[in-house]
Amino acid sequence: MGVEQNQTLGNGFITTSLDKLVNWSRAKSLWPMTFGLACCAIEMMATGAARFDLDRMGVLFRASPRQSDVIIIAGTVTKKMMPVIKTVYEQMPEPKYVIAMGACASSGGVFDTYSVVQGIDQELPVDVYIPGCPPRPEGLLYGLMKLQEKIMQERNTFGAAIGFGEVVKDA
Amino acid sequence: MCDQASVEKLKAKFSSAVLDVIEFRGELTVMVEKGRIVEIGTFLRDECGYDFLCDLCGVDYMGQQPRFMVVYNLYNITTKQRLRVKVGVDEQSASVDTVSGIWSTANWPERECWDLMGISFNNHPDLRRILMAADWEGHPLRKDYPVQGPDREPYQSRLS
Repeated sequence: MGVEQNQTLGNGFITTSLDKLVNWSRAKSLWPMTFGLACCAIEMMATGAARFDLDRMGVLFRASPRQSDVIIIAGTVTKKMMPVIKTVYEQMPEPKYVIAMGACASSGGVFDTYSVVQGIDQELPVDVYIPGCPPRPEGLLYGLMKLQEKIMQERNTFGAAIGFGEVVKDA
Repeated sequence: MCDQASVEKLKAKFSSAVLDVIEFRGELTVMVEKGRIVEIGTFLRDECGYDFLCDLCGVDYMGQQPRFMVVYNLYNITTKQRLRVKVGVDEQSASVDTVSGIWSTANWPERECWDLMGISFNNHPDLRRILMAADWEGHPLRKDYPVQGPDREPYQSRLS
């Protein structure tokens, strides 16, 4: 934990520990929004089911954006679907994360056409890109672990939670 | 199973409106005049038993005259016979009278045809876009519509 935290909250030992506690609690209970769009969603369901078992990582799919921390964009996003995804994303409470799962969500994939959004990052702030078409469940697990690592490296999460400054996301 | 009898009846009733009859591999296609499609459709349903419209679609023959073609695939449920009726549509007045009054199943295919091909249907009860977003501009299945959309540079392959 960084020494610069002292400037924000004063006591380095206590604040860094609380940041770590907050980051740990956020990283280990990532609740994704249940939202599938294409074949990636099948892999996402397989990842959630018994064989790969996302639950053991604290990843429980929620049926409401109000209870979700992360949205996994699993599949091809058409321009007609984009407003729906934006609405769902905006309904999620902070802090919120976005995973672009698969080639279509990351770049449009093979669907280089008029009707498909060429990468979800044109509209949403993506935290983790997972390559593959579709990615295997191991790929999604790895992407979620990368997101957990990213969350663990956030700074001043506790301070931001009680109204002091902003979360520093860069490691 | 070709239904020559119905075509003969149709020819006898609408001799000037039946432009061409094509038989290919046991499938009958009748080219008819655009303005009389409702009359002809009603006749085919009531007198010839074509009580089911399997599909209605638009075709873009860009560079030919007329540019568009609306295709009605009819089916007689009783005799299990099929008939294809085609109507040519100009680019300037890209509109046909609706047949949704004859076969109400035509409602959505006509909306699809309007949405993607830009052929409008006169007297249609609810001519809105059905597949593309409501605020979409243009008709993407037209041959002159850029595949990657009008707001993007056309893709240049790595080899070119």
